[in-house]
Amino acid sequence: MSKPPVGFVPPWASAVALIGLLLGLAVATDLVGSVVLTRFATRLYIDVILVLGLQIFMGNTNILWFPHIGFMGIGAYASAIFSMAPLQKTLALPELYPFLAELHLPFVPALLAGALVAAAVAAAIGLPLMRLSDFPAVITGFAVLVIIHVVLTHWEAVTNGPQTLFGIDDYTGLWDAAAWACLFVAVALLFKESKVGLQLRASRDDLVSAGAIGVNVVAVRWTAFVLSAFVAGIGGGLFAHFITSFTPKAFFLTETFVVLAMLVIGGPATVTGAVVGVIAVTIAYQSLRWTENALNAAQIFERNVAGLSDVALAIGLVLVLVLRPAGLFEWHELAPPGLRRLLSWRRGAEG
Amino acid sequence: MIQALAFVVDVLSLGSLYALMALGLVLVYGILRLVNFAYGELIMIAGYTLYLLNGSPVPWLVMAACAVVAAVLASVLTERVAFRPVREKSLTAMLITSFAVSTLFQNAALLFISPRARVVPLPDLFSESLVVGGLFVPIRDLIAVAVTLIMLAAFTVLLNRTVLGIALRAAADNFRMTRMLGVPANLIISVAFAISGLLAGTVALFWLGRTASVTPGIGLEPLIVAFVATVLGGLNSLVGAVVGGYALALITVGINTFLPQVLVDYRQAFAFGLVILILLFRPEGLVWTGRHSRT
Repeated sequence: MSKPPVGFVPPWASAVALIGLLLGLAVATDLVGSVVLTRFATRLYIDVILVLGLQIFMGNTNILWFPHIGFMGIGAYASAIFSMAPLQKTLALPELYPFLAELHLPFVPALLAGALVAAAVAAAIGLPLMRLSDFPAVITGFAVLVIIHVVLTHWEAVTNGPQTLFGIDDYTGLWDAAAWACLFVAVALLFKESKVGLQLRASRDDLVSAGAIGVNVVAVRWTAFVLSAFVAGIGGGLFAHFITSFTPKAFFLTETFVVLAMLVIGGPATVTGAVVGVIAVTIAYQSLRWTENALNAAQIFERNVAGLSDVALAIGLVLVLVLRPAGLFEWHELAPPGLRRLLSWRRGAEG
Repeated sequence: MIQALAFVVDVLSLGSLYALMALGLVLVYGILRLVNFAYGELIMIAGYTLYLLNGSPVPWLVMAACAVVAAVLASVLTERVAFRPVREKSLTAMLITSFAVSTLFQNAALLFISPRARVVPLPDLFSESLVVGGLFVPIRDLIAVAVTLIMLAAFTVLLNRTVLGIALRAAADNFRMTRMLGVPANLIISVAFAISGLLAGTVALFWLGRTASVTPGIGLEPLIVAFVATVLGGLNSLVGAVVGGYALALITVGINTFLPQVLVDYRQAFAFGLVILILLFRPEGLVWTGRHSRT
């Protein structure tokens, strides 16, 4: 067997490091026990899941990918419909089709079923889209996001149209979100190093050469797209049962911008980048949100302050793109402390 | 008969705005391969300039000129400050930057002005109509068509008769080669962004004229329109962009006139479904402009 390249950390080791980081945060949050902090951390884990899903596709293909949040929306609406009690549905969605109105699943099956709906939509529309690269791929992605948004906004029987869908049970706790986030960290790392992941990254680095050595680019991209939509669907389902009422606007350009910024700032090519990007951006973004709220509560200015956090995020994103275009973690995944040295020591001993 | 005429007037006036928008987008795309997501915000900036000048004693035409100049300046400045530093890095970086700039402008408007709609001043002429044999034609629409024709004519002369125009066309055709032949890249790009801003600023006057107000999110719809029109006409062709603009107006007005309301709600979905189909099966656009697309 050939030796792995210098600096290569096996995916299980990065998984241990990243999951350790996420679990550490969850334990610390649990010990503090503050309601505000717990909600903050739960939202953070949901964002970790969403950005991991985005990393699976965008990180391994380097295609700027807009529709991701649309699949989050599909997962959110689908899982909410699956988990809502029939009586509640007659209030929230009076025009819902009878077979859906009677359906009532527990939380985790509803979550999985919602994500499967998102993945099924991706699988159905994916094959032709995966042929495109560069700008046409970006604009079709944008088109898919707009189409999903239009359908969510106007399919009143299922989504309550542009109005708020309310009455979803508050199932998502800190540990639910943390557990799914840890699971998907492992999935994203294993996918990246899997056969499909390697072929995908080869096609990212050189499309023509990858095709020439027999990589079926459309097929590997399609696999990544479906997996990424599934992860987005789970993220959406957790979001729905965390926030408990939302409109289709929650799954459009604002949210898209936030997850894109998180991934790009962290470094799209690495799973570590996805996780660290979420943590870094969430802390900065939420502090500014709290500042906004505090300013508004204190009524320092005559009108409400809004948009400060997004302005800062946009400036931060452009700065990262100018100064460090590949993000904070460009190449190397996080490894447990000391492991890298241990690995290079072993290589030295063998050679 | 009158309905048919009204239909034609609607298509022509809406198509003129769409054509100018698409032209501004494709001009920059041709040179940089950048689809400028911040393009719609130029309309917002022109709108807020009008709003801020509201109540000042200057005549409306001066306010309008200021609004157009503001759009041009914003366009050139964003290129200088945001796009130029990432230009050499990657296409994805440039696209994300333009998305970030768009978010930045929108939220700056939220932060410094207001999330609510603001009234923009319009000349009285804009709310008057001409009555021709029972057909009401808003004068605003006629002015829009006239201004578009004048701008397209001027633009054609610029592109065909001046050194700058020839350099622009050469850059749109093969940017690297044009640079090697000694055309200064930064100048050409700045000019392209300036013209793009000029077109957006001009469109803004008529776009805002429809609702007489401006909101932070007003740029999204014109941006989407420009995307769709550009793809309809083929991404690499300036003529195609103009034709695509009018074609999209024909489709839009047709859907609004002939289809039931349920389907009208979904018209954006149809438009973007069409975009996907065109990109998949006819990336050179629906309109044959006598030139093959390059990649």
